[in-house]
Formats: sequence, C-alpha cells, structure tokens
Amino acid sequence: MIIPKNILGTKGLSKEEIVTILDSAEAFKEISTREIKKVPTLRGRTIINLFFEPSTRTRTSFEIAGKRLSADVINISGSTSSTVKGENLIDMALNLEAMNPDLMIIRHSHSGVAEMLSKFIKCPIINAGDGHHEHPTQALLDLYTIREAIGDLHGLNVTIVGDITHSRVVRSNIYAMKTMGINVTLVGPPTMIPLGIENMGVHVSYSLEDAVLDADVIMMLRLQTERQNEFLLPSIREYSNLFCLTTKILKRSKDDVLIIHPGPVNRGIEITLDVMKSDKSFILNQVTNGVAIRMALMYLLLGGNNDSLN
Amino acid sequence: MTVLIKNGTVIDPANNINTAKDILIIKGIIKSIEPPGKLDTVNLNNPQIIDAKGCIVCPGLIDMHVHFREPGFEYKETIESGCQSAAAGGFTSVAVMPNTNPVNDNRSVTELILSLAKSKGGIKVHPIGAITQGLAGKRLSEMADLRDAGAIAFSDDGCPVMNSELMRRAFEYSKMFNLPLIQHSEMLDLTEGGCMNEGAVSTELGLKGMPTEAEDIMVYRDIALLEKTGGRLHVAHISSGNSVDLVRHAKAKGLPVTCEVAPHHFTLTDEAVRGYDTNTKMSPPLRSNKDIKKIKEGLKDGTIDIIATDHAPHDITDKQVEYQNACFGIVGLETALPLSLKLVDEKILSMSDAIRKLTATPAQIFNLDAGNLSIGKEADVLIFNPDIKYSIDVSKFHSKSKNSPFDGWKVKGKVFHTLARGKIVYTDPDL
Repeated sequence: MIIPKNILGTKGLSKEEIVTILDSAEAFKEISTREIKKVPTLRGRTIINLFFEPSTRTRTSFEIAGKRLSADVINISGSTSSTVKGENLIDMALNLEAMNPDLMIIRHSHSGVAEMLSKFIKCPIINAGDGHHEHPTQALLDLYTIREAIGDLHGLNVTIVGDITHSRVVRSNIYAMKTMGINVTLVGPPTMIPLGIENMGVHVSYSLEDAVLDADVIMMLRLQTERQNEFLLPSIREYSNLFCLTTKILKRSKDDVLIIHPGPVNRGIEITLDVMKSDKSFILNQVTNGVAIRMALMYLLLGGNNDSLN
Repeated sequence: MTVLIKNGTVIDPANNINTAKDILIIKGIIKSIEPPGKLDTVNLNNPQIIDAKGCIVCPGLIDMHVHFREPGFEYKETIESGCQSAAAGGFTSVAVMPNTNPVNDNRSVTELILSLAKSKGGIKVHPIGAITQGLAGKRLSEMADLRDAGAIAFSDDGCPVMNSELMRRAFEYSKMFNLPLIQHSEMLDLTEGGCMNEGAVSTELGLKGMPTEAEDIMVYRDIALLEKTGGRLHVAHISSGNSVDLVRHAKAKGLPVTCEVAPHHFTLTDEAVRGYDTNTKMSPPLRSNKDIKKIKEGLKDGTIDIIATDHAPHDITDKQVEYQNACFGIVGLETALPLSLKLVDEKILSMSDAIRKLTATPAQIFNLDAGNLSIGKEADVLIFNPDIKYSIDVSKFHSKSKNSPFDGWKVKGKVFHTLARGKIVYTDPDL
C-alpha cells in the first residue's frame, strides 16, 4: 500500500490507507515498550519539526517518534524562526529544503499553510495542525485508540463536544470517521457550530444530555478560553453548566462508553477531574498511541523497510 | 492623422446602433459613421485603415472601479502601467479609487493623478475623491475642492463608512455637487478577521467567513439614509443576492441608487477558494451559486447597472503568503471583456446590453463625456473579435501585478485594437 506523498489532511485518505496506517502503528507501538526504545529504520534521515504555534504534546510526540526510528530530528519553533525577522514563510521553507531534509512536520496557526507549502517544496510534509482546518495525525491516533479499545470501527457512534468552529481536530476526525463508517454527532452551543457543517455528513445537537445517550465514544474538546472576547459565550461558568462532561451526565450514557480528549485539558471546564481520571477515560492512551501513529507515518512516507524493525 | 475602421459591426448602445458600419476618425474626432464601403469614396489623405472584419466596433470600455496604486504603492501598479492594462483590456476610461498613499482626499493628490494620467496614461483617468479625510471615517473630506480639481465621485472604498451619522451627512453634503457616493458595503464588525464567504466551504477550510449580511445591512442602511437625505448612492461591487433585491426595491421606489458588479462575482463561487489560492481572496469575497443566480437576474432586469472590475493589483509578495495574511483583491482589466461576454453566451445579456453596461451606462451615471460613438466626439473605440478563443496568460498581462484566478482559463472574445482619442493605444500582438 502506497500512501500519499504528503499527509496534509485526512480528507481524501481512503479506508485502505487509514487501515494501513493504523495497522503499521500497531507494529510500532511495541517499540516504545522496549527497554531500548530505538530501531535503525530511519537512520541517516533528517526530519524537521517546524512549529509556528505553541505545542507540547504534538511537537514532542513527533520528535520522540523520529528519534525512536533513529532519524535526526531538528526542532524549529515560531519564536526562533526567521519569520520573526520578516522572512516569507515560503522562502523559509525553501531554505530549509535546501538543506535536504527528508520530511517536514508543519504546525501553523493559519488554515491552509501546509497545503500552500506543499505546492512550493518537494520534501514530504506532514500537517501537524493548520489553523482551524486539519490535524490529521490527531484524528488517526484517535481512531487507533478507539479501535484498540473497542475493535471494529464501522457503525460506532461518536459524539464530539465543544467549540466545533475553531477545531481542526474535529474536521480531521469527521473526514476520517466518515470514511471508516462511524456516525458522528457534534455538540456545542450554536455560536460554536459553524455554518454548513451538516454538509460534512454529521448530526448536530445542542444538548450534551441527549447526545451522550447512544454514544460509544465521547470526545471532549478543549474550550479555548482565549476566545472569550468573541461574543461566543456569556461565561465559562455557563458553558460548563451546559457542556462539561460530569459523572452525572455519564450516568445517561452506555456503561462501556469511551472518553477521549485531544488535550490540553481544562480541568473542570469541559471535563471534571473524576471523569478524566475514570477507567472510561483513554486520554493518556491517546498520547501513547500518538507516538506510534507518527512513527508509522514517518516510516510509510519515507519508505523504510520492515526488516529494520527487528 | 486619419483612421478608417472598415468592415466591422458597430455596436453603440448610446445611439442605438447595431449594424455593419465604417467609422472615419480625423484628428482624434469621430467624423462620420456610414454603411460599409461608403467612406471609401471620400478623398482621404493617406488614412490608416483598420480592417475590423469579423469584429465588433464599440465605444472604448469604461471601468468605474480600479486601483492604480499611485501615489504610494508603485510596486503594485502605476498610473502608466494601469492605463496600459486598461488599454489591453479594451478600456479607454477608468475611475481610480482614492486609497493611495497619501489618500486622494485633497486637491493636490487629485491633480497629481490627473497630471500623471495626462503625461503617461494615454487613456482617460478620472479620480474618485475620498468621502472622509484619510479614509478614516471621522471627518468629511473637502468635496468641493476635490470636485473642482477633477474628482467625479466620492468613495472610501475598502474602508466602508461605518458611522451612520457621518454617512448621512456625506449624502447631504454631496447634494451640492450632484456627485454619487460609492460605498464598499461591508459591516466591518461582522467580517473582522474574515477572508472568504461564510458558508459550508469556509467551514470545511477552517477559514473565517464574511457573511453576505455584512453587505446587505450596509446596503440597506445607505438606502434608508438616502431616502431621507437625497443625494446619490452607487453600490460598489455588489456580491450578495439579497443586496441585489434591496437595490431593486430601492429603484422601484424611485430612489437614485445604482450599482455595479465585478466579473469575478458572476463567474466564480467560493468553491474556488479550495486549495487556498490567494488569488481567490477578495473583498467582497466570492459568494455562492445562489448569489450568482440573483446577480445574473439583476444584470438581466437592469437592477445591476454596470460592470466594473475592482482591478486591485497586488505584487506576488503580498499574495504568496498564508491565505489569512494575503491582501484582498485581483486584477481585472485584462479579463473583464471575455468574462462579461460569457453573459452573452449564457443569454443573460444581449451583446448590445453587455456593451452598454461597460460603456453608455457608466458614462451616464458618472456624467462622463465618453461611452458613445457620436459624431464630433473624441474617438475612444474598442475593436474586438467576439469569437476568438484563447487561454488567459497572466504572464502577458500589462498590469504590473499578475494576481488573477483566471490564469489558464479558456475564454472567448479578444481585444484587437483600442483607440483612445483617435490614437491606437493597444493592438493585439498576435495580429
């Protein structure tokens, strides 16, 4: 199975491609449990982590993934990049490409940046999140976590709760989940549900109480508290009253419901601490699986061979 | 200097001419228009003969909405390059928006524009003065002085007049001159941070949307003010279907409201933004099919008076960036004719009505001595072949800037010659 040259989004990924990525990740997950967590698969390869936006989880996950595959990983953050000096983003990418990296991982606060850069540079790109558009590796690690915990993805009901408008995680998950035959319900206040989202084949609800009833998986999104000045909410307090995942709400859901969250979590705002720590919560499993997914993608994009896994 | 244009079909909507005629131009003035061959017998002194066989001969086109960037942003466009671009597109009169640096809110900038146009332009350039000083929306500009210097209308294009009291006073004040106020209708509080039409596509792309209601609300506000104050309103680059309805309703009431549409707004929808090509970013943004349908109805029933390009040149430096950060606007002068002719193919407009919206009507609204082929007038003439098919190639544009989403488009209708004041200012290099 040959996967696309770039991973700019989950839109357009076929079911077979997604399954290939998830299956590969299974093999790579084991490496992280070894005492010596390193295989020579990508020895001599160079990966540039280009992060123009703050990130702990995703950046570290990509870095660890690369290093466990023996690639040389270089980290560049927004504040240390030459765009601070006014350099055009495309020029910067071309300069980095001139040093012959094998893969670039790009995170940027503006939608479309990864796709734009892919038109100018030949080096493969993984989109590590662009604005409110896509965050494909997050969606893939979410699917991996769900598949690992539940099994067959087809026909599952997933409820995603929070600020849908400003979430790239949601968009990537919708594409990937629809491809895998999952039913997706989005929940949030109408001010955070963007116009025309139904066209993406999802259900929309304004009631968390209703939307948890049939859910096999509940994905909570971080409330971006920095958006408080955009007239979207009267207060965080009221948001929590309506959309916080609590033990009480969970009593309405299936006993074996799976709870995930892309992080970082605002404790007590979108999810209570006891729910977060409960055995239904797979939030830390997601983070563990994120490394495996990213190792798999690096391997698949850079055409490593299976023999070197051992 | 004598020019004889032979064998063409003359379409001059202002004079209700649509038939085969030859045109004789002497010393820049239209001397006579006669049935084919009749002028051959006139004893002419070594005339330059233009064979317009298969072509339409019409008044030079008029574009009431361009940005020529001079003074201030000469790396994007100058009056000279803008005029060359206009001539290549078949235009012989343009009106330039005041958002230069310094802003055209005073006599000296107006005079500078006119003087540059005279020395380097070749075609007619009409300055539009600012409604408010510095386009800041705080205080009226000196409209009388601007008018005396040569301004033909007022606009804060790009910076809509948000303050309703100020807009009301602008309508009242401008009544002394009977010049239209041109509004870029956009409630800025509804579009802050937006970079494309709000809808399913903006939702998918994760780009902040600009709702059509931002346009509708201001269009309606201005109509309401105008009804009270009198004066004249010209709605720039209408893009929302509901705004077309508002203008239609105002016209039915007899209010002095006119409006224009840019070719990209009846040609492309927000679907074009997929792929994040920044040449699809303009303000107002590309809308939906629903809007285009209403715009075409408006063109057909006359609600939309004229076609204007909103020619907005931007250097690649300002466009080859993140979509969110890219400048708004596209160049339009060199694609307007073939895109407008698509309306004729689609039977939205007759050929004569399409030409009328690019000649006679803008001249009438803005009181320009242009847009017709009357005997005794300066010979601003466009000769184009409506049937020739070709690919748009932005690298061949005469504009300094190449920011067009139509690169590579297969279109029909090609400018062969443009004459301004009887002088050939453009000839198709492929001829």
